Amino acid sequence: MSVDTTARPGRTSRRLRAFLRNPMGVVAGVVLLAIVAASILAPLLAPRDPNLVVLSEALRPPSGDHPLGTDGNGRDILSRLLWGGRVSLQAGLIMVTAALLCGIPAGLLAGYRAKWFDGVASWIFNMLMSLPEILIVIVVIASLGSGLVPTMVTLGILASPDIFRLTRSAVIGVREELYFDAARVAGLSDLRIIFRHVLSVVLGPVLVRSSFICGMAIIVQSGLEFLGFGDPQRPSWGGELSNAFQSFQRAPELVIAPGVAIGLTVMALVLFGTALADSLGVSLGRKAKRAARPVRTDDTPVDRVEAGGDATAAAPATDALLRVEDLTVRYVAEDGTAKDVVRGVSLHVARGEVLGLVGESGSGKSQTSFAILGLLPPEAAVSARHLSLDGQSLIGLRESEMRKLRGTRMAYVPQEPMSNLDPSFTVGAQLTKPMRHRLNLSKKAATTRALDLLERVGIPDPARTLAAYPHQLSGGMAQRVLIAGAVSCDPELLIADEPTTALDVTVQAEVLELLRDLQRERTMGLILVTHNLGVVADICDRVAVMRDGLIVEQRPVADLFADPRHEYTRMLLDATLEDAPPRRARGDLQEVGS
Amino acid sequence: MLGFIGRRLGTGLLLAFTVVTGMFFFLMLTGSDPARGALGLYATEEQVAVKREQLGLDRPVLTQYLDWLGGVVRGDLGVSSAQNANVIDLITSRLPVTVSLALGAVLVAAVLGVALGLLAATRPGSFDRVLQVVMVLGFSLPNFWVAIILALTFAVQLGWFPATGYVHLGDSPSGWLWSITLPIVALSIGSIAAIAQQLRNSVITVNSQAYVRTLRSRGLSQRRILLVHVLRNAAPPALTMLSLQFIAALSGAAIVERVFGLQGIGAVAINASGNSDIPVIMGVLLFTVLVVVLVNLTVDILYAALNPKVRNA
Repeated sequence: MSVDTTARPGRTSRRLRAFLRNPMGVVAGVVLLAIVAASILAPLLAPRDPNLVVLSEALRPPSGDHPLGTDGNGRDILSRLLWGGRVSLQAGLIMVTAALLCGIPAGLLAGYRAKWFDGVASWIFNMLMSLPEILIVIVVIASLGSGLVPTMVTLGILASPDIFRLTRSAVIGVREELYFDAARVAGLSDLRIIFRHVLSVVLGPVLVRSSFICGMAIIVQSGLEFLGFGDPQRPSWGGELSNAFQSFQRAPELVIAPGVAIGLTVMALVLFGTALADSLGVSLGRKAKRAARPVRTDDTPVDRVEAGGDATAAAPATDALLRVEDLTVRYVAEDGTAKDVVRGVSLHVARGEVLGLVGESGSGKSQTSFAILGLLPPEAAVSARHLSLDGQSLIGLRESEMRKLRGTRMAYVPQEPMSNLDPSFTVGAQLTKPMRHRLNLSKKAATTRALDLLERVGIPDPARTLAAYPHQLSGGMAQRVLIAGAVSCDPELLIADEPTTALDVTVQAEVLELLRDLQRERTMGLILVTHNLGVVADICDRVAVMRDGLIVEQRPVADLFADPRHEYTRMLLDATLEDAPPRRARGDLQEVGS
Repeated sequence: MLGFIGRRLGTGLLLAFTVVTGMFFFLMLTGSDPARGALGLYATEEQVAVKREQLGLDRPVLTQYLDWLGGVVRGDLGVSSAQNANVIDLITSRLPVTVSLALGAVLVAAVLGVALGLLAATRPGSFDRVLQVVMVLGFSLPNFWVAIILALTFAVQLGWFPATGYVHLGDSPSGWLWSITLPIVALSIGSIAAIAQQLRNSVITVNSQAYVRTLRSRGLSQRRILLVHVLRNAAPPALTMLSLQFIAALSGAAIVERVFGLQGIGAVAINASGNSDIPVIMGVLLFTVLVVVLVNLTVDILYAALNPKVRNA
C-alpha cells in the first residue's frame, strides 16, 4: 500500500503494522479498494450499457433487472454509477498530480534556496488560497472548455498551497538539522541531499494530504457536473445527481444513491488519510489530544487524595503551616501500566520558614509542588496519608474548594517566566484580575495595589509595565511580575519552582533576594524548589533532598552541608563545588574530576 | 493600528489586481471568443467578424486590458458582450444573494463551530468521539447534496420553507430569512465541522500552556480561564479557518444556489462562461475577489485585536 514508499524497510513494516492495528483505517482502506476495483471493472460488472436509453423503462424502482432502478431516460442507475466512479477517480488522480507537481518543487525550492524565490512563491501560494475555486474553474471553462483535464488541473493548482507549505516547512526543518550540514561537508550534491532527507520527511504528510485532496476533487468535480459542466454522454456521479434532481418530483429517492456514492468515497478517503496520519505520526492537530488532556470543569472532584500507606520516619511538626505525609503521585498510561513519580513524600513547612526542595530534574520536585497546589492534570492520581494547610485538610477537596485556597492561602511562582504570562493580556489585566475576583477589590483599588506590588518587586516604571504585554518585558521583569502576582492575594505559603533557572546570572541573585525579603516581610512559609545547592545555602532554613520520587534526606541546612548523610546528597554537594569556581579553573577541575 | 490596516488593505488590493490581470490575459490569450459566444454556433464568419469589431476585440490585447482597467478605476465595467446589460448593474443585483448565503453560512459556522469545538475540547470521551465522527461526515458530504436532501425534505415534503426563489431583504425581512435558511444550513455544515475541529485542537493546545496553570494557581475559576484566557489565545487559528471557510462558502454558494433556484453570482458566472462573455466574467471575478479581500481584511483586524504582537508590529 501507499505506506511502502518510505525509505527503510524496517520502519516501513512497523508503520504498516501500526496502520493495520487501526480498525478505522483498515475499513476505510478496504472500502476504497472496493470502490477503485468496482470502477476499474465497470465494463465487466455493469449489468447494462450505461448509456442505453429505454424510455419505456424510465424511473423504475429497484428490481432484479435494475438493482438501483432506472433514471428519467430508462438508463440503469447502477451501471451509470459504476462507470461514473471512473470519472471521479480520474478527477482525483489529475487533481492530486497537479497539486503535487505544483506544490512540491516550489516548496523544495522556496525552503532550500529561501531568498527572493521564497518571498515570491509564498505570496503567490497565499494568493491561490484566497480564490474561490468554483468561480475560478468556471472562468477557466470559458476558454479551455469543461474537459476533465483543464478543470482538475486548475483545481489542483488551487489546492497546491497546502502541499507547498508542507514541503517548504519540512525543507526548512531539515536544513536546520545538523545532519544536513554533515551531509554537505561529506560532499554530497545539493540535489542528493534534497532527495535523501527532505523527500523522506515530506512523503508521509504529502500522502495524507493527497488523500484529502482526492476527496475534495471528487466533491468539486461532482459539483461541476451537477452544474452541467461535463460531457452528458459520460456517466458521472455529479451528473447522476443532476439527473435525479431534475426528476425529483416523480422519483425523489433517486438523489440518494449518487450522494451516497460520493459521500462514502470521500469519507473513506478522509478516514484513510487520518489513519495514515496516525500511523506515520503526522500531525493534523489531532496530536494535541495526546499532548495534554482537556481541562476539568469546576464541579469535577479533583486529585482524589486518599488515606494510604504506612507511617514514615519524617517527624511531623504539630504547628506546621503545611504538613504532607506519604504523598504519592501516580500516572496510569493508556496501556494500563502505572508509574509513580512521587513515592511517599513527607515534608512540612512552618510559617516564616524556607524549605529547600532539591534534586535533579525528574526527581519529582515539581510534581510534589503541583500535587500540593492541586494543579496536576486529571490523569495524575494523588494520594496521601495526611495533607493539610494551616490545619485544614486538603484531602478529598473538590476543585472548587481547592480553588478558594489558591492565591489567597497558597501561591505559586513558576520556573519559566515568559511562558507563564498570558501573551494576549496586559500585565495589568493579569495582576488585577485575581485581586478583583479573590479579594473583591474594585478595579481602581486593584490597580493601585498592583502598582504598589510592582514597585515592591523592584520594577522601575510600574505604570508603564502595567500597560505592557508580556512580550515587551525582559525575562527578569516577567519573573518579578509573576512574583508580584503570586503574593498579590497575601498567601501564607509560597511555592517557587526553580524561580531563577531561566534568568541571567546577574538577575538570579536579585530575584532570590526579593523572594527572601518578601518571605520575611510577610512571614510566609516558602518552598523553594531548586537543583542548586548554592541557592539553598543562601536562603533556606531546612532542606529536603529528592531523588526518584523519594526524599532521601531532610535536615536543617547547616547540618546537611556540614555532614551530608546520604550518598546522593554528597554527590550533589560535590557537583555544586565543581560548578563553584570561576570558568577559568573549571576545565582543569573537570579533567581531574572525571 | 491604522498603519497596519493600510498595509493589509494595500496587500489585498495588490492581490485583487494580480488575480484580475492574470485572468484577463489568460482569457484573452487562450482563445475565448466573446463574439462567437454572443452570436452562437450558427452565425457566419462574417457576422462574427463584424461583432468582433463592434466589441473592439480586433484591438491589441494590451489596449483592451488598459481600457478595461481604466473603466474599473472610473467605476465602469462595460457592457455584457452576450446580452444588452451593464455589467455593474447585473452584478450588483445578483451579488447580494450570494454574499448573504456565504456570510450567513460563515456566521452560523462561527457560532456553532466555536460552541461544539469548546464542548469537544472540555468533554473528552464519548462526546468528543461522537463529534469527531460528525465532523468527518461534515467534511465528506457534498454541500449541494445536503442542499438537495434539505430541499426535498423541508421544502417539498414538509413545506416549511420555500423550495425556490430569493426574497430581497428590503421587500420582506422574514421572507428573506426564510428564503436563505435552507441554503445556509446546507452551506454551513462543512464549515461548522472545520471550525469546530480547529477550535477543539487549539483549545487543547492552549490548555496545556504553562500560563493556564499559573492562572489557575491564582485561584481564578476554570470557566473564567477557559472563556477569557484560553478562548482568546485559541481564537487566531480559528479565525484564519473562518476566512478560508468564507471563501469555500462563496464557492459552494455558486452550486447550492442552483438547487434552490436562487439567481446569484454563480448563475451569472455560469451563463457568462457559456457565452465567453468576458466583460461579465471579469466583473464577477473582480467583485468576488474584492469581497474576499474585504473579509480577509476584517479577519486581519480581528486577528490584530486579539494578538498584541501583531498589533504592535
